[in-house]
Amino acid sequence: MPLLEIKGLTQRFGGLQAVSHFNVAIEEGSLIGLIGPNGAGKTTIFNLTSGFYKPTEGVIRFNGADTRSLKPHQITAMGMARTFQNIRLWPNMTVLDNIRVSQHYRLGYSIWDCLLATKRYLSGEKKINNLAEDLLEAMGLKDYAQEYPKNLPYGLQRRVEIARAMSIQPKLLLLDEPAAGLNSSDVDGLIKLIRWLQKEFKITIWMIEHQMKVVMSLCSSMKVIDFGRTIAEGTPEEIQSDPKVIKAYLGDENI
Amino acid sequence: MEILVQNIFNALQWGSFYALIALGYTLVYGVLLLINFAHGDIFMVGAYIAFFLTTFFLGEYGVIAPGSLAGVTILMLAVPLTMILTSMVGVTLERVAYRPLRDKGAHRLYVVITALMCGLILENGNLALLGASRKKFPELLEKTVWTFGNVSVTNLKVMVIFAALLVFLFLQFVVTRTKTGMAMRAISYDKFAIPLMGIPINNIIVFTFILGSGFAGLAGLLFAMSYPILEPYMGALIGWKAFIAAVVGGIGDIRGAFLGGFLLAFVEIGVVAVFPSTLRDLMAFSVLLIILWWKPTGLFGIAKTTKI
Amino acid sequence: MQKHSFKLLLFVFSLGLILAAHFQFIDQYVITVIMLMGINIILSSSLNVVNGYMGEFSCGHAGFMCVGAYVSSVLSVILFTKDRIFGAPLLAPDLSLFLFPGVILIGGLVAALAGLLVALPSFKTRGDYLAIITIAANYIIISGIENLDIIGGPRGFQGMKRVINAMEDRLDIPWMLLWVVLGTIFSVWVIRRFVASTYGKGIIAICQDEVAAEIMSVNTNKMKVAAFMLSSGLAGIAGGLFAHVYGYVNPQSFNILKSTECLVMVYLGGMASLSGSVLSAVIFTLLIEALRFVIPELNALAHHLRVIPESYEIGQVWKWVIIPLILILTMQFRPEGLMGARELGDFFPFLKRFYRNRTTE
Repeated sequence: MPLLEIKGLTQRFGGLQAVSHFNVAIEEGSLIGLIGPNGAGKTTIFNLTSGFYKPTEGVIRFNGADTRSLKPHQITAMGMARTFQNIRLWPNMTVLDNIRVSQHYRLGYSIWDCLLATKRYLSGEKKINNLAEDLLEAMGLKDYAQEYPKNLPYGLQRRVEIARAMSIQPKLLLLDEPAAGLNSSDVDGLIKLIRWLQKEFKITIWMIEHQMKVVMSLCSSMKVIDFGRTIAEGTPEEIQSDPKVIKAYLGDENI
Repeated sequence: MEILVQNIFNALQWGSFYALIALGYTLVYGVLLLINFAHGDIFMVGAYIAFFLTTFFLGEYGVIAPGSLAGVTILMLAVPLTMILTSMVGVTLERVAYRPLRDKGAHRLYVVITALMCGLILENGNLALLGASRKKFPELLEKTVWTFGNVSVTNLKVMVIFAALLVFLFLQFVVTRTKTGMAMRAISYDKFAIPLMGIPINNIIVFTFILGSGFAGLAGLLFAMSYPILEPYMGALIGWKAFIAAVVGGIGDIRGAFLGGFLLAFVEIGVVAVFPSTLRDLMAFSVLLIILWWKPTGLFGIAKTTKI
Repeated sequence: MQKHSFKLLLFVFSLGLILAAHFQFIDQYVITVIMLMGINIILSSSLNVVNGYMGEFSCGHAGFMCVGAYVSSVLSVILFTKDRIFGAPLLAPDLSLFLFPGVILIGGLVAALAGLLVALPSFKTRGDYLAIITIAANYIIISGIENLDIIGGPRGFQGMKRVINAMEDRLDIPWMLLWVVLGTIFSVWVIRRFVASTYGKGIIAICQDEVAAEIMSVNTNKMKVAAFMLSSGLAGIAGGLFAHVYGYVNPQSFNILKSTECLVMVYLGGMASLSGSVLSAVIFTLLIEALRFVIPELNALAHHLRVIPESYEIGQVWKWVIIPLILILTMQFRPEGLMGARELGDFFPFLKRFYRNRTTE
């Protein structure tokens, strides 16, 4: 059974069909790419998968469960984390707090424990704290634990956002253009990081990316969409030489 | 039936007042995304300015011989003068209190609090300077009552409703058809791009305050003529209500302000016609709460979509 | 030892205050001002939960205070005194010694439930539209109570003084001062616990980026309900104390002007700064009381200098011209409030040694 299975996914905004009849099955442990020109509907597919929009039609099954009626925070708690195209860290909260707050689904204590400072509260906070510190250590972000994300350079912010997503301990990680806005040395670091994450934590990754370098060196297979429709799928090499993909990105030669 | 028609006229008159004030909130909000909480008190100041102007023209202060000007002439003089003077009050607030904060990049809500404080200063400053005694607004127009069957309408009521309609058409024209109106709408979308397009942003903002406060002054004058007892807190409740009306209509939209104003008036008059009048505020606000619950951005408001 | 010194200091200070009041080292006026200060601290710090930490704009705080005030007043009059309308006391008046905090807490709980009036719409809407809903809620609560004739309607409700008197007959200590001090410490402590915990930081995350909060497993709707209910519940406790301090409540004492006062204290202190809220509540209360004495002096001085006409007196009305003016000037010079989003410990790091921060130990 695939970890994530999407069948016939369709989303309309008013008259606009942003996504139409999208299918995908992502097996555990794979690293799949999703590409397409700007405005093709890639981020919409991610928003539907993570529960931020409710699909007009279609089925989304994650880890065997239908997620359509769930809230985003519930889907995240099931083990699906994501990052955003334009980094959405909490800018005025320390990096450590950014990680800690993301543990909300498994705090292990209630508001009453928190107000009364019970044992459960103290041990819960301690656990979360250790977890966050270990993760920052592993991701090489330990020195920035007390910094505010707004003061960090862009490349580091990306790293922190990926670390925050990883703190969910996800089965599936959705990366929305992780290389956008990075310079070439940062991109190399990112590729290394993603490889390492997949090996170290045995997670499944589904990513949207434009930069061919990233997609080529990471993804085992990918899908191409344009105007909400799937136009091609296959290995990176196949995609690269597909005339429909070239047409979608570069336009028709006849024009 | 007669009672119904009579009540509709009352509602239209009250709706006109609410609408005239609501549009000041909506104009400023539409441009600056600022809730100008001092606006209700600017309306009150407008009424007082109108009071002093008319008593001046009636010759109370001995500059003009009493009775030398006819009531209609005085009204003709008072309308533009009130509007000009009241808009000067509004612009002063913008220049002295709001703009410096904006320039410093203060949090939006600090500007809102400043507006609240300015309102308090206007109210209590008035009370402190003029005393608690209520002012009686002189009668300028001879009251004419037109009677159709059992329904009677005063000329004043008709005038108020017409004034509100004219203002609505004028503003709708300014905002949707003129270049200045286009600039006003553009500022709320992107404050940083506007100066790059060569639009003098501060002039547009001042113009917005002139429009909003000017019509609040007009509302003050008309209100004082309809309900000729003036007191410093007269703008507070009506101001809050007009603001809520503006939001229910969809704040930032001229049509919304007018529709919201009339809607509020109809609900209020309707409640009073059926229930004891003490329930007026309770029911009116509950209806508004339900409307906002059902349509959170108001009747004409457009929901801002969050881009992810 | 040092870790607990803050608590110890607070205890000694409170005890000293109550003893001073008991042995009449400080007069009734000073006691009343101190009680008002405590109530204002509860109001401003509880409103800061919603307006500062969560970044919403609630302008109807006094409405919840009103609910708490009425519920606890009616309850304590029914339970502990003989009343014209409600008849003989249901419980022995002596019990009020022990049950009074419970009565205040029940007032707070009902106020917290009233907070749902605002919390539920906040799922769908935020910002200025939510602000309106809070204003409307304030008006609805007030005019709802004005239409309840059994508890006095617009004339107000009284009888709470008898409850306090019953307590003092039994044991002669300044009870109200004690309750206000306890209530204030309780409220600030609860808020501090809440916003310093990872759980409570969920509302700060909502403030900074709601979409990210929801995606990163924060149950935003639940957090909003928690924040609004906590905030309005504490306002209800403040209202209950307020009602018993004065022995009389009137719906109009909880109108939008009172809400404005709460707003002023929050923004003067700084959004998302708990010590800022406490500090600004103290300053604000002192300012109002100080003007009571300053204005007559000012009047005498102005007459002496002959800058105002002989017939004109500068009266107490000027208080509400001067206070807004001071606030406007403060905001012009410190547009982020007294403390910004920081706490006292951020300005004076040595203070941090004196209180334990449980989340970072």
